[in-house]
Amino acid sequence: MKLKEFIKRRSVRSRDSINGWIWLAPSFIGVAVFYMVPFFVIVYYSMIDNPIQGNFVFLDNFVALLQNRAFTTAAVNTLRFSLIAVPLAVILALALALLLEARIPLKSHFRTFFLSPLMVPVASIVLIWQVLFHFDGAINEFLLRFGVDRLDWLQSEHNQLVVVVLFLWKNLGYNMILFMAALSNIPRELLEVADVEGAGPLYKLFAVKLRYLSPTMLFVTILSLINSFKVFREAYLLTGNYPYGGLYMLQHFMNNIFRALDYQRLASAAVIMAVAMVIIIAVLFIIENRYGKDVEG
Amino acid sequence: MRQGRIIGRTVLFLLAAVFAIGFLMPTVLTVTNSFMTQSEIDANYGMIFESARPGGTTYVGDSVNLKFIPDRVSFSQYETVLFRSPEYLLKFWNSIRLVIPIVILQVGIASFAAYSFTRYQGKLKNVLFFFYIILMLMPYQVTVVPNFIVADWLGILNTRWAIIFPGAFAPFSVFLLTKFMRRIPASLIEAAKLDGANEWQVFTKICLPQCRSALYSIAILVFIDYWNMVELPIILLPDADTQPLSVYLATINAGEVGIAFAVAVIYMIPPLLLFLHGEEALVEGIMHSGSVKG
Repeated sequence: MKLKEFIKRRSVRSRDSINGWIWLAPSFIGVAVFYMVPFFVIVYYSMIDNPIQGNFVFLDNFVALLQNRAFTTAAVNTLRFSLIAVPLAVILALALALLLEARIPLKSHFRTFFLSPLMVPVASIVLIWQVLFHFDGAINEFLLRFGVDRLDWLQSEHNQLVVVVLFLWKNLGYNMILFMAALSNIPRELLEVADVEGAGPLYKLFAVKLRYLSPTMLFVTILSLINSFKVFREAYLLTGNYPYGGLYMLQHFMNNIFRALDYQRLASAAVIMAVAMVIIIAVLFIIENRYGKDVEG
Repeated sequence: MRQGRIIGRTVLFLLAAVFAIGFLMPTVLTVTNSFMTQSEIDANYGMIFESARPGGTTYVGDSVNLKFIPDRVSFSQYETVLFRSPEYLLKFWNSIRLVIPIVILQVGIASFAAYSFTRYQGKLKNVLFFFYIILMLMPYQVTVVPNFIVADWLGILNTRWAIIFPGAFAPFSVFLLTKFMRRIPASLIEAAKLDGANEWQVFTKICLPQCRSALYSIAILVFIDYWNMVELPIILLPDADTQPLSVYLATINAGEVGIAFAVAVIYMIPPLLLFLHGEEALVEGIMHSGSVKG
């Protein structure tokens, strides 16, 4: 009797799991064909000397890549951009969300305005960006009026700043919505208790709200970090394939080796970046697990 | 006390207004500038793009004047784009032919996968779901290499399929839709099961209708992501004829500036229309994307 029941339950479960794989199959097969299998091939490519002879050289390609000036420059530039842009993207988005939480008129319109850049293709507004930031452009004209020397925004180290502004313009709205969702999840009673006990607005912000927002802050940080690695798009549309100095990003480097079709370098660069990303993501997950748990968002 | 609050609110309102102007200005300026005549553009912005222009026959101003409103509203740039330069319309058509299939395929395939991740959870499934998340977080620099190699094997490099196929299986929709489906009360599904519904019926009669606004918002997010694409076409579609407008726009900036403004405006119309129509769904979708873990 018991055995029969056991077998029955067993068969239900295995039928269930076969069913589950059938539902997953279209997606899984596609992911396997277009992402997973070729990635293993890339790992193989990254460890041989060339595709014809196929001699196993293990880490030589990686060592060569890490000694390549173009690669290290691009990696440093990309990381430096992230270090500037990500904290700003988090703090300013939180400020916007708090601003919209205050009872001001036209609130929902402001939300629409702040979110609208998300929907505007970067390619459509780089033109006006060039008008604004050109050496003879509107921003310099404006600065001149206040006696500030004009800066060559796009052809100097300041070009990173221009792209940071563009990045923030595009991404703040999305992050703000995430913060607004988290703010509305803070239990009202908690804030009322704080009111009754005579807490000022600053105390409420730091002692109550920010504590509740910490998981969201981590998430927004992760998201902004990932987005900051994609900033090549803005840099490319503004300054083309060979930007001045600090805007030479990892994607520029990849484009150049794609043009040369150097499979070994392509493969080892992709593998190194994948490993770096996995490490970054793992660290962020560990942090989220440790600090994001005390309050459930 | 009361007065203080009113002052405080006014200050906050003004602050929000300043931000709003900053956020709207690039878009608004692009739109207003698209109604200028070519000669007005040359006079105002000639300086900037002079070096790139072939012949200097027109009057070029010696300084840059940022214009908010054109002296004379003219549709001549739009006329040129729509009736006299088929190449822009062709690139616009390229964008549509790339993006629409990706949106439909990605959301469709993802809805099956999300159903699987929702209804049949197991150890292996959880590992796989985690793998999807990591894949979703990978930047293009990493994923474009596998995409390129497969496109090369299949002989579809330089055709739009080189972008459509990887796009159709991109894990972003799977992740977000799974999060939405897991919010459907299990009792609803069990009740349907007791009434004799099979899996297909549970999927089509309960899960999909419950996720309607989620499907819409995910479709919008996927649409803008690919409408805006630059990295993939540069590498997978090096041939200029097949490129979408999002890449091609950058190359016409140097040439005919006046037209470029009009093309830029035309290119932002579809996503902006989607935004006006689906803003509520979109905001809800973004709100629920708020954590990497399920």
